Amino acid sequence: MALFRRKKKYIQINSTRTDEIKERRAQIPDGLAERCPKCKSVIFRNSISEDYLCPKCGYHLQFPAKDRVEWLADEGSFTEWDSELQAQDPLDFPGYQAKIERSQKITSLAEAVLTGEAELEGLPFAIGVMDNRFIMASMGTVVGEKLTRLFERATEKRLPVVLFIASGGARMQEGILSLMQMAKITQAISKHSQAGLFYSAILTHPTTGGVTGSFAMQGDIILAEPDATVGFAGKRVIEQTIQANLADDFQAAETVLEYGFIDNIVPRTDQHRALHLLLSIHQSERPGD
Amino acid sequence: MDAYDIVKKARDVYRLSTIEMINGLCTGFIEIHGDQAMKDDKALIGGIGLMDNQDPITIIGIQKGYNTEENIRRNFGSSGPAGYRKAERLMQQAEKFNRPVLTLINTPGAYAGPDSEENGIGEAIASMLTTMSELTVPTLAIILGEGGSGGAIALAMSDQVWMLENSIYSILSPEGFASILWKDSSLAADAAEIMKLTAPELKELEVVDRVIAEGDEEGTYSNEELAQQLLPEIKATFKALQKESAEERVAKRYARFRKF
Repeated sequence: MALFRRKKKYIQINSTRTDEIKERRAQIPDGLAERCPKCKSVIFRNSISEDYLCPKCGYHLQFPAKDRVEWLADEGSFTEWDSELQAQDPLDFPGYQAKIERSQKITSLAEAVLTGEAELEGLPFAIGVMDNRFIMASMGTVVGEKLTRLFERATEKRLPVVLFIASGGARMQEGILSLMQMAKITQAISKHSQAGLFYSAILTHPTTGGVTGSFAMQGDIILAEPDATVGFAGKRVIEQTIQANLADDFQAAETVLEYGFIDNIVPRTDQHRALHLLLSIHQSERPGD
Repeated sequence: MDAYDIVKKARDVYRLSTIEMINGLCTGFIEIHGDQAMKDDKALIGGIGLMDNQDPITIIGIQKGYNTEENIRRNFGSSGPAGYRKAERLMQQAEKFNRPVLTLINTPGAYAGPDSEENGIGEAIASMLTTMSELTVPTLAIILGEGGSGGAIALAMSDQVWMLENSIYSILSPEGFASILWKDSSLAADAAEIMKLTAPELKELEVVDRVIAEGDEEGTYSNEELAQQLLPEIKATFKALQKESAEERVAKRYARFRKF
């Protein structure tokens, strides 16, 4: 009987939270508990393993950049590059500086990408890790600068590059200068490539927009983590174009693999082995060797 | 003039187009169709011709339609992966035969459809950028109308980038920008004001090297007059670029994009 099944009306509370609270709620390391985006079960922070997999379903949760480097590289082998480069507000965009400062506080990173050199079971490589807790790891001028220097320095030192990518795409607040980063990074990758050096891109959730339209798709080997969203245009934008809904897995790495644009999907449990193998296959002679 | 008035002018379908530029610049142009893998993307026109009946040139440009029927055929000037792969093929050919490349840009952005994603629009643009970064022949890009996002820069990684006075070049359409930042696409005019998408603002930021006037004190040029003004400038610029060695040009282009 419908009368008894009718849901009681609750008082509606207007949830106008500040951006700061909203952003902080999105951060696993700051909260005590988080819901797995895939299986929806509640995960307590202290139950998350060092590779940030959902303990229930194995979903690849957001991996803070510093933790990822520590997890991947040989102990004590990581040397950070360009740590002094802070996010900038080149166009004096309203409200942007405050957003940067909040992200810096939350992540204790100066920008959305961490770069440097490290070793994996003794094999040296240059590494970059993007952290999407920092303004969706969107590509501003300083993200572009750090990635450009990563490839330029790797070329000088004749190092292969392993880059863990995550990005919402362009950094809107830096406008056209953000677009220019696509060109700036591309030419540094070209030089690295023309020097015969190896670059592996690992696409993590989400890899979208101008990042997919540049360095994410310029790797010699392009790997992806399971369930990562990989695409160029945003799903909502495409749905607007065709006035229809798209399947949930439309831009899932597994689907993009079928389309033929990802070389392989490698879960975190297999990344040490796979990357070590790729680095040993692509060893190059270095100055001083 | 408000920035959004310029946006409207940049979108006017009767602006100077790629086809008009090709006709003005070349005697005997041969259009080259198709990416040799999927199809012929008609939003992007490419081919080879002779400038002044003597100098070979490769021209690649995005063409919008003048009416609905033509716009459907041209996909409203939004090229998909096949278009960018056709452009890439033409550029590699230009490199092989050592002829300069002129790119003409008028696109709201790369095509955002499901088939575009399935066929790797991201990869197509990324690969296009790699190819442009490795070209050693002289290159010039001119933004004729809209220079929308990744679909525009994919054709604009050139030795020089010019803009017509009332064209725009931006990370996203002002509507999209307003929708992302303020969740309200009707605030596009406000977005246009702060996006720095007009030619003088972009010249100031050194994103473009040169702004081409679309009129003088006597009024606005007709498309034919505007093309007539542009053609000698293009020829002179290619001549000047050709005087430099390939190494010099490549080094200068690296510095040009490295500074951002």
